[in-house]
Amino acid sequence: MQLFRLTAHELHGLLSNKEISAEELNKAVFDRIEAVEDKIGAYICRTKEYALERALAVDRQIKNGEKIAPLSGIPVAIKDNICTNGISTTAGSRILSGFIPPYSATVVNKLDAAGAVLTGKTNMDEFAMGSSTENSAFLTTHNPWDTGRVPGGSSGGSAAAVSAGEVICALGSDTGGSIRQPAAFCGVVGMKPTYGAVSRYGLIAFASSLDQIGPLARDVTDCALMLNVICGHDPKDSTSADFAVPDYTGFLNEDVRGLKIGVPEEFMAEGIDPGMRASVESAMTLLENLGATVEYTNLPHNKYALSAYYLIAPAEASSNLARYDGVRYGYRAAAAEDVADMFIKTRSEAFGSEVKRRIMLGTYGLSAGYYDAYYLKALKVRTLIKEDFERALEKYDLLLSPTTPTPAFRFGEKVDDPLKMYLSDICTISVNLAGIPGISLPCGFVDGMPVGLQLMGKYFDEGTLLRVAYTFEQNTDYHKRHPEI
Amino acid sequence: MITKKDVEHVAYLGRLELTGEEKEIYTRQLNDILEHFQSLQQLDTGKVQPTAHVLPLKNVFREDWVGQHMSGEEVLANCPDREEDYFKVPKIV
Repeated sequence: MQLFRLTAHELHGLLSNKEISAEELNKAVFDRIEAVEDKIGAYICRTKEYALERALAVDRQIKNGEKIAPLSGIPVAIKDNICTNGISTTAGSRILSGFIPPYSATVVNKLDAAGAVLTGKTNMDEFAMGSSTENSAFLTTHNPWDTGRVPGGSSGGSAAAVSAGEVICALGSDTGGSIRQPAAFCGVVGMKPTYGAVSRYGLIAFASSLDQIGPLARDVTDCALMLNVICGHDPKDSTSADFAVPDYTGFLNEDVRGLKIGVPEEFMAEGIDPGMRASVESAMTLLENLGATVEYTNLPHNKYALSAYYLIAPAEASSNLARYDGVRYGYRAAAAEDVADMFIKTRSEAFGSEVKRRIMLGTYGLSAGYYDAYYLKALKVRTLIKEDFERALEKYDLLLSPTTPTPAFRFGEKVDDPLKMYLSDICTISVNLAGIPGISLPCGFVDGMPVGLQLMGKYFDEGTLLRVAYTFEQNTDYHKRHPEI
Repeated sequence: MITKKDVEHVAYLGRLELTGEEKEIYTRQLNDILEHFQSLQQLDTGKVQPTAHVLPLKNVFREDWVGQHMSGEEVLANCPDREEDYFKVPKIV
């Protein structure tokens, strides 16, 4: 039995019945990491010693006859823009190399309290700016299904690790698709919860009105188990919502009868790979056969989403990244004449080219004379996009689309043409602008590469997405296939 | 149309210094990107309220009490240069 291939809920059964120990499980995962990490490159930093210590503590609990929580002893990896007390956190940037956070993000504390075992910090595009993980300052992450292709991004390390068996579940962050797009490219499940459902305390900020932490997992059940742990109000994040957190596993019912599903035509139009469209159409047929109503609908302002997003996100980023000045933490340039020169040299030497591009784009859109035409205009268009979703979700219980326009692309294919790279987020960004939840799950293959199905729901209605995703998963076997590495 | 001079100005506002080659590349790329964004101007948004945030946010108050905070050592542990209990930087004036 390959323990590293199982799901958290399967492993929980084995641990609880004492068929395996948490130590065995974590050793199996670290053996797997050692066997394939050279080819995949999912981790910026690994925490083997720490993990094995934690696993032994869980084993003692089991031995003492204590009942363990669902994620207890389960190896979980964390994206490297989420702070971990005493463990290096870089956000994929040279400007934070060597940074050791003095505190943990709320989600890290919650996972810790739930008994999850941290295996390490996963690779990402610098400050989560990118769609291929090629913008990491440290290493290249390869897609486990074809190592000549990108894993997606920016949570590419988390998605590749889950897909390659280098961990069981992972956390990512999603500002414009950064959980869902790599989940789709790597053939795993990834969810961006409703804005405010998960605390952002300890998440290194990219675009604060869009950023949200969420899980990547092998199946929908594991995704629900992760949500159970990470969701909820946090006094340390004033934008986190005060809502009654349900038991998300309660939504895992194999039943879509009576549900109304809308498919926005804009997401199925030109630019979508014909093979991807065919996979999504068969998903539509399957859900219809299982008793849901599926019909086409429209989000008329969706064509403006990319432009609005790439004005708003860089504007917020240019402000958030002003804190990297070489004074309190991270990299500082040597040999500066004075403090102003030190700021400029530090930032110019240690930020990568995409981060610089976005700082400039954001600064330009906010600068005197351009604010109304760019930033303010984008915020107004954001209202129109949000209202489109609200109207559609009055009529439908959820919306369905492909997660990405194409399967995973090759290294170097888009990295020199920023606009082309931005266009790969076309199916995911409007969900962030509206703040609604979205999930990606495997729904087929095109030329051997996984295809992601995206479901989008009402505010705080993660439950309906889980129910539909679970039903789809129970009636297909895409999530059971593994890449040969 | 964004010029090389605009790029230099915006870089300075963001406290970035660009090489000659970077200036060329960013001028071209930012023009491509901003041209794509022109489509926004087709939309009449005269009566539309801006959305800076999707949640109905209100100010969050709490009681003012003395809590546990990080020690000075913890706060200073990551700084590139320090002197006693201060962050040290090159000369300011």
